[in-house]
Amino acid sequence: MKTSRWLPLAVFAALAVLLAAGVWMSRKPDRDALPSPLIGKPAPAFALPVLHEPARTVRLQDLRGQPFLLNVWGSWCVECRVEHPVLTRFAETRRVRVVGYNWKDEPADALRWLAQFGNPYWVVLSDVEGRAAIDWGIYGAPETFLVDADGIIRWKHVGPLDDGVIADELEPLLRGMRGVP
Amino acid sequence: MSARLAAGLLCAVLALGAGTDVHAQANQQADAAPLRFTDPAEEARFHALAAELRCVMCQNQSLADSNALIALNLRREVLALMRQGRSDAEIKDFLVARYGEFVLYKPRMEGRTWLLWAGPALLLLAGAGVVAVVVRRRKPADRVVAPDEEQEW
Repeated sequence: MKTSRWLPLAVFAALAVLLAAGVWMSRKPDRDALPSPLIGKPAPAFALPVLHEPARTVRLQDLRGQPFLLNVWGSWCVECRVEHPVLTRFAETRRVRVVGYNWKDEPADALRWLAQFGNPYWVVLSDVEGRAAIDWGIYGAPETFLVDADGIIRWKHVGPLDDGVIADELEPLLRGMRGVP
Repeated sequence: MSARLAAGLLCAVLALGAGTDVHAQANQQADAAPLRFTDPAEEARFHALAAELRCVMCQNQSLADSNALIALNLRREVLALMRQGRSDAEIKDFLVARYGEFVLYKPRMEGRTWLLWAGPALLLLAGAGVVAVVVRRRKPADRVVAPDEEQEW
């Protein structure tokens, strides 16, 4: 008889713990960010025109040999503006090349944006159609990938970079990575 | 494992309330032209496939329902892959390789997802067990009570 008294309470408590665990596990502000299945895999090949010299094409193999950070942005992207000073500060340390990936943008708008805010990028690739971006699993901007010297994707961040993300996630990966001073 | 399931359920609930998204989509209008199908069979296959795929941006809509630009691009990609003669499974693999398991509305049966698949059946079994225990406990009590009731009547 006693069981029938505490059983509903126990079920309720178990449910409450389960739901509290759910809330706790989804506490991260970027809980909507999809984990990339490409981490640890070779970066997808691409051949994209350079924003500043449309006649010149850059391929993935041109970037091999040293790590690089691929930063997806667009002049239409508000958060890219927020991220821009952080990215500029990081690029100025010159530890790795920061490659811009101008996604679904009008080249004229992109050039104006860079002229206005400054160009932190080593080179900016232009993907107006967004076809190559699908191979990278890009689904919004800003997104940032770290590719190592062997062309393996080591890290991806969805949403704007901030100093905390760079210090807590990016820096530990860069420490000891081949080709990083 | 069950915590992960709970987290998934909760995410679905919380996503309804979460409005602040710092991850943005382009605002291009130029390529919003509707897809053209060559025949009704292709159209039917495309819609069936797009309904099973999830939009990566607006995460509670299918690829078929979503107006996000990335969904439009991915619909194009799916149609292009269909025209290359790829099977539905190959197209799903293509998207999973790029965007992860998340794009499948129907998760695959594997080690990580067995609880998700078996969960409802397990809950039903547990419920049946509780009902069985309750019924079995009640029976002897009824037999005791019944003669008393007859006497009073």
